[in-house]
Formats: sequence, structure tokens, C-alpha cells
Amino acid sequence: MSSGTVEVRLTVNGVEYARSVEPRYLLVDFLRHELGLTGTHVGCEQGVCGACTVLLDGVTARSCLHFAVQVSGAEITTIEGVTADDTLSPIQEAFHSNHALQCGYCTPGFVLTTVELLRENSAPDESEIRQGLTNNICRCTGYVNIIKAVAEAAGNMKNGAG
Amino acid sequence: MKPAPFEYVAPESEAEVLELLHRHGDDARLLAGGQSLVPMLNLRIVQPAVIVDLGRCAPLAYLNQENGALVCGTMTRQIMAENSPEVRQGCPLLAAALPYLGGKAHRNRGTVGGTLAHADRLAELPAVALALEAEIIVRSAGAERTVAAADFFLADLTTALQEGEMLHAVRFPKATTNERSAFAEVGNRRHGFAVVGVAAVLEVGNDGACTKARLAAMGVGATPVRLMEAEQILEQGSLGEDAVRAAGDAAVRAVDPTDDIHASAAYRRRLTATLVQRSVQEAVGSGGSDGTGRAMA
Repeated sequence: MSSGTVEVRLTVNGVEYARSVEPRYLLVDFLRHELGLTGTHVGCEQGVCGACTVLLDGVTARSCLHFAVQVSGAEITTIEGVTADDTLSPIQEAFHSNHALQCGYCTPGFVLTTVELLRENSAPDESEIRQGLTNNICRCTGYVNIIKAVAEAAGNMKNGAG
Repeated sequence: MKPAPFEYVAPESEAEVLELLHRHGDDARLLAGGQSLVPMLNLRIVQPAVIVDLGRCAPLAYLNQENGALVCGTMTRQIMAENSPEVRQGCPLLAAALPYLGGKAHRNRGTVGGTLAHADRLAELPAVALALEAEIIVRSAGAERTVAAADFFLADLTTALQEGEMLHAVRFPKATTNERSAFAEVGNRRHGFAVVGVAAVLEVGNDGACTKARLAAMGVGATPVRLMEAEQILEQGSLGEDAVRAAGDAAVRAVDPTDDIHASAAYRRRLTATLVQRSVQEAVGSGGSDGTGRAMA
């Protein structure tokens, strides 16, 4: 027990990392500053905005609401890991083609939230999409195009396109 | 902001947790799912010297059936309880209320014990525990006691837990055959913070008469509130429109909400009546509860 540093081991986007950090180091800061994965964004730092959403052992979690040490040993997927290469995933493709982002700050969180949403419900109606995204905040788009993008992504993924 | 420095320890047994609490007293804070505590740490509203992380303590995450009750270990993730067939069958009110606790990302990580011990005035599960007359199992080094939900929530963010004690589990009585229940809530956003919510548990005989009613409201004071006058009106037997409206009116007399940025006290009083009616009607109609009682504010 120490207020010095602790060892944190994480598998992020399939790659294992080990770093020594202070216990108070947030997961989002670990991803950004220790691993250079800056696609995960810091917004409110109180779990409200959703910009820092990642997949933690496969399910959505707010990386600003976890200390890295708490989740040592876990598997994390960040926005950098939604595709194996530099192409866009079907969800990202749908966001792009529907103009579902403007400044893009919230987009990684929306995309990862959508990954879980469509995994659990492959054909959500508009109300279900709105409910699923209700805790991700976008200050640019007014959400309409985001809803359209998620609906289109669901359709494309179902048809095996994209 | 970032949290102030703290010592971090993540014991794997409950005995170690309790020993650490005994040793550090109020200098230590227990970290469960962290969905309420970590924001407070980030904002430096709390600056404990020691964080005792329960996340590695596997024996605290369990759902057991025993003697007509569902016992939920403190570290049971909310999503686990929400998806549990045992909870849906044995404790439909709990299953109905759980989706309201927060967004999916919060429920994936938040715990049943954490939200009860945190005792936010806008939290759903304290009201559910009150309506179900649940029991809180409290442990400290070498001791255990049981506290009725009615005696557990003392004020906003304040419970009957003493220094050195932790919430070990909560015992929810299982629904009887004649039990009907529902949870209704109005908030500014679905899965967001509530304005007002009402949990309703009724026993309805084969003749349709109400033989027992338990109603609890949250968002109308510093703790969840039992609506006893409204319960008594329903326990006269009728669940007809007039009786349900009278129960709603009586509920308003039992609450003393305050104004805040989200809603005026007057609006919260009106919502209390509306949500008593809505939850009772839904409980009667559903033969259980499917958690669809929410509307937008």
C-alpha cells in the first residue's frame, strides 16, 4: 500500500502494455498520456458527457470514472481499435456519410457507445437509438444526423455491407 | 480536475476490507463501482487518505436466494442484477427500476451496494429498498447487524453506516404470488438524473381488492419517503380511479420538496401525485412490472 506508483497492465486494442503510474491516474489519462492513444477524449471528467467512453472487457465504460490501477488486467478497446487498419468501421462510415459530426470531439464516445448498442439490438428504432445515446453529449450536431447515422449503420451491418 | 493523491489498496477478501476499515476509520473510503465516488474525487469534493477498492473482492459480488428473499452482494454490478432472471422473477420491482439508474456505461460498472451506500437523494434503489421493506446487511470487523431500509437512509449522502462499517449486502423480499409492482419516474433525460420517482408495491387479491400497499417516493426530500397515508387509502381495498386519485393527493401531503435548478417544489409535488397514480395503475395493469412508467418531464 503506497501513494507512490503502482504497476498497471492493460491490453489495449490487442496490445499489452505495462506502466507505473500513481493510483490516482485516471484510465483516460493513462490511455492518452502513457500510451499516446489520444482518440479517447476528456470532456467533463465527471461521467456525464461520454466523450471518454471506451469498451472495458467488451462493455462501455467511462474512462474518466476509473483509475487505471482499478482495471489493471482488463482488455480495453478505444476508438483506435474499432478497425484493424486505417479504414473506417461501418459505424464510422455511416457517421461520415451522414455528416454526424462537426467538431468531432464527442464522436469516439458515440461510436463506441453505438458498437455496444448495435451488438445488443441489431435493428433499433429511433426511440431506442435516442435512449441508447442519451448519455452522450454533442454540442454541435443537434443529434439528428447522429440518429440517422446509427440507423444507417444498423441497416448496413445487417445487410453485411460496409 | 484530477483527484488529490491517496493510498490505494485492493484486498481480495472481505476480512481484509473490514480490517482496513477498522484501522483507517473515516480516513478510508470504499470504492465500489465508482460511478458516484470518482466524480466526487475528480472534483475534490472528497479527499480520502486511503481508497479501499472492492473491485478485486470477488466474494462481495453475488446474488443468492434464501428464505423467500433475494440477497444481493454489495459488489453486484447493476447490469448483472438487471439481466438476472432471478431478479426479474423474484424481485420485479428491482428489475424495473434498475434501467433508470444511469446510462448503460454507468450500469455496466455501477453496483447495487454502491448506490445504496452512497444514498444520493435522487437515487432510485433507496426508494425501491424502502418500498420493498428490504434489509441492509452491515458488517464491520468481527460483527454483523441488519438495518431496515426505513432506518438506513438518514439524509442526502448519509446512511446509518458507522465508522468501520460497510454495506455487505441487501436482502430484498421476493414477490408473493399476489404482488404487483411498478416504478415510475420523470426526469429531464431518460437514464439521466431523476426529478421525481415513485416505487409502488401492491398485494391484490383474486377479487381485485388491494390488501397491502407500499409506496415510496424519491426526489422529494433528502431521503426517500414512504407515502403512508396514500398506502392506507389503497389498503381500504379499491384500486379504482377515485381511490388512486385520492392516494395521489394524499402522497402530496407527505412530501416536502424544495426548489432547485431542475424543478420547482410545486412541480415536484404535482409529479408526486401523477407518479403515484401512474405507478399504481401500471402495477395493477401489468401483473408485474416492465419498467415502462417513465415519461419525459
